[in-house]
Amino acid sequence: MQDQEQFRREVRQWLQANCPESQRQPITAAEQYWGGRRGSFPSEDARLWYERMRDRGWIAPEWPIEYGGGGLSDQQARIIKDEMKRINARAPLYSIGLWMLGPALLEYGNEAQKQQHVRAIINAETRWAQGYSEPGAGSDLASLQCRAEDMGDHFLVNGSKIWTTSADKCDWIFCLVRTDPKVKKQEGISFLLIDMDTPGVSTSPIELISGESEFCQTFFDNVKVPRENLVGELNKGWSVAKALLVHERKLMAELGSDSPRKIVPPNEAARKYLEFRDGRIVDARLRLDLVEYNMQMHAIALTHFRGFEEKSAGVRSAAPLVMKYLGTEAEKTKSELLLAIMGSRGLGWEGDEFTPEERDTLRLWAMSKAMTIAGGSSEIQLNVIAKNVLGLPQAGGT
Amino acid sequence: MPLVLNEEQRLLRDTARDFLNSNAPVTALRKLRDERDPLGYDSQLWQQMAELGWAGITLPEEYGGLAFGFTGLGVVMEECGRTLAASPLFASVVVGASALLLGGSDDQKHELLPSIASGELTLALALEESHHHRPTHIATSAARAGEGFVLNGSKTFVLDGHSADKLIVVARTSGDEHSGDGISLFLLDRDAAGVHCTRTIMADSRNAANIRLDNVSVGSDGLIGTLDRGWEILEPVLDRGRVALAAEMMGCALEAFERTVAYLKERQQFGVPIGSFQALQHRAARMQADLELCRSVILQALGAVDETPEQLPILASLAKAKLNELVKLVSNEAVQMHGGIGVTDELEIGFFLKRARVTMQVFGDTGFHQDRYATLCGY
Repeated sequence: MQDQEQFRREVRQWLQANCPESQRQPITAAEQYWGGRRGSFPSEDARLWYERMRDRGWIAPEWPIEYGGGGLSDQQARIIKDEMKRINARAPLYSIGLWMLGPALLEYGNEAQKQQHVRAIINAETRWAQGYSEPGAGSDLASLQCRAEDMGDHFLVNGSKIWTTSADKCDWIFCLVRTDPKVKKQEGISFLLIDMDTPGVSTSPIELISGESEFCQTFFDNVKVPRENLVGELNKGWSVAKALLVHERKLMAELGSDSPRKIVPPNEAARKYLEFRDGRIVDARLRLDLVEYNMQMHAIALTHFRGFEEKSAGVRSAAPLVMKYLGTEAEKTKSELLLAIMGSRGLGWEGDEFTPEERDTLRLWAMSKAMTIAGGSSEIQLNVIAKNVLGLPQAGGT
Repeated sequence: MPLVLNEEQRLLRDTARDFLNSNAPVTALRKLRDERDPLGYDSQLWQQMAELGWAGITLPEEYGGLAFGFTGLGVVMEECGRTLAASPLFASVVVGASALLLGGSDDQKHELLPSIASGELTLALALEESHHHRPTHIATSAARAGEGFVLNGSKTFVLDGHSADKLIVVARTSGDEHSGDGISLFLLDRDAAGVHCTRTIMADSRNAANIRLDNVSVGSDGLIGTLDRGWEILEPVLDRGRVALAAEMMGCALEAFERTVAYLKERQQFGVPIGSFQALQHRAARMQADLELCRSVILQALGAVDETPEQLPILASLAKAKLNELVKLVSNEAVQMHGGIGVTDELEIGFFLKRARVTMQVFGDTGFHQDRYATLCGY
């Protein structure tokens, strides 16, 4: 405990001295640094902040030192996160590689793969896309059809992947591909790393209801992928995928509570847009909606904290398995609540008649609809809880 | 504040579970109900609980207590909720003893707390005056009479009111009828002259009473705390009660839920276990998610009693509101998912349903605590 307090003090001092003032403000999409060969720093301060964190080893504080991590314990990593949150520090690097692929590579990758890719993630040299879903394989992910034929020293990949986040800006993509079409569907899947500069790879963006087109579809036409890019064993990709999904869900569960964003918190919005009398919101229904939302978020925050304490204490519980469902549903509730609180001011799509915050709130409302679909829909999450926590028997299929 | 039980607390939980399963299963409550037991709990069981130290679990050692803190108490309350064990633990130890501990004089504490901790003496809080929890709406009067006071008024929903040895009466000594200012707390014998006590038979087959106070004389030594400033004691006492009751409700919900999940795996219809139907799986999974949230809220609120009392009001309201909704949902779903057998008296699920409804009204329903939480947050 004493050591931890000492460590916390050191972290606090270091952040105080090294995190530029401009990097302690809520962040917009345009201000995020995603790295990669085509990536550039949105500002000089963003560069400075990223480089200082990288040199300190705190881009991935709990990863092993030999691959560029900080070699710290989970508790110490948590302290760094807490202290960053305390001063509203921005994440120095936004990265699918950091959040999702890295942990899976550390667990399943071979030495050469770790040497090649883990450090490159931390050094922001490669930006990764995720190739899981296909037009015909969403919730039923294991039915995926993108083929990778075993040609000895390489695989020949044909098919397409959808919802590949920012794939048009990415350098590499990790994919689930079918390597054996003859066995039960989960058993013929492998996990492949594909350089997006390989001939035959192409990408086109998809426009969403939020007006953004962050997501893409990526096509593979006779793409040759060297055999050394196979992660884990042939036809055993499903276990790697499942491990990675756990990280994705954890990430999505925490999105609401961890990342400072340029969105008005509901309590502030209430003060700005609602009528108060004697210190109370006059609209009884909205007051009730607000308190229910706040109570839910309070309980969710305490449960995140409990999950972490249980992990440190080596206690198993069902808490982590319910967080993706709860966190993303709460985000959706928040967006609906904000729109209700803002009335017609919350409906501005574009133009200067609305403030940027108002327009962002509406765009985020539209985006929030995706949160309970991506990374395993809420319905899939409930299936998982029913099966893995409650041990209920499975209906037909899985 | 730790959100994981330590080894001592886990041991306490296991001991409590074993003890209650052998000595106070739901069949014991059924027996008390069917035999119309006049006391409403088993006094021998209460003596055994006291021997385990539960009657003094949160009290300091100088008064014969175990000083286990509220997290330890919560563990025991939760296990009591699992078997619906009827006992004076809540009314006497959590509420009554807390009032003395927080507001009593040294004399009152030394005289009464050791016999509460040994299980010999029981207390009850006479607070409510209407059918909704409005702790500052007190019309019961305490008028000066010589050295002491004379009390007049009516109290309702007094938990353990007909069985307790002494009552703590919330009365008005000044101020207007709806204000926290001017409230005082008085300690008196339940069989004092002018105290008319009628037991009320409630849904949960546990103890409550209506009490009429008819020119009841109390000496000046019967005042708990400072005259007119009883709210300063009452509010934290109610918050302790809310948090402890929330822990009991957690046990009640968990037990009803686990029995229901077991039934989903066992009951066959259309040739398969009904638990394989997604319509039921998703409802069960949502309850699991709610249970996880409530678990964290309760641990935080119990810890706050001993470690961060300044956070207690908001956490107590969070806990009580969340648990009110949890026990309502889970008890209703437990009946529905059991189907026809769920509405028979033979199945014990009905006892959980009924206990849930009573706990939901004790010390504030969901609306009361949502309003309080919103007010504490400044909207």
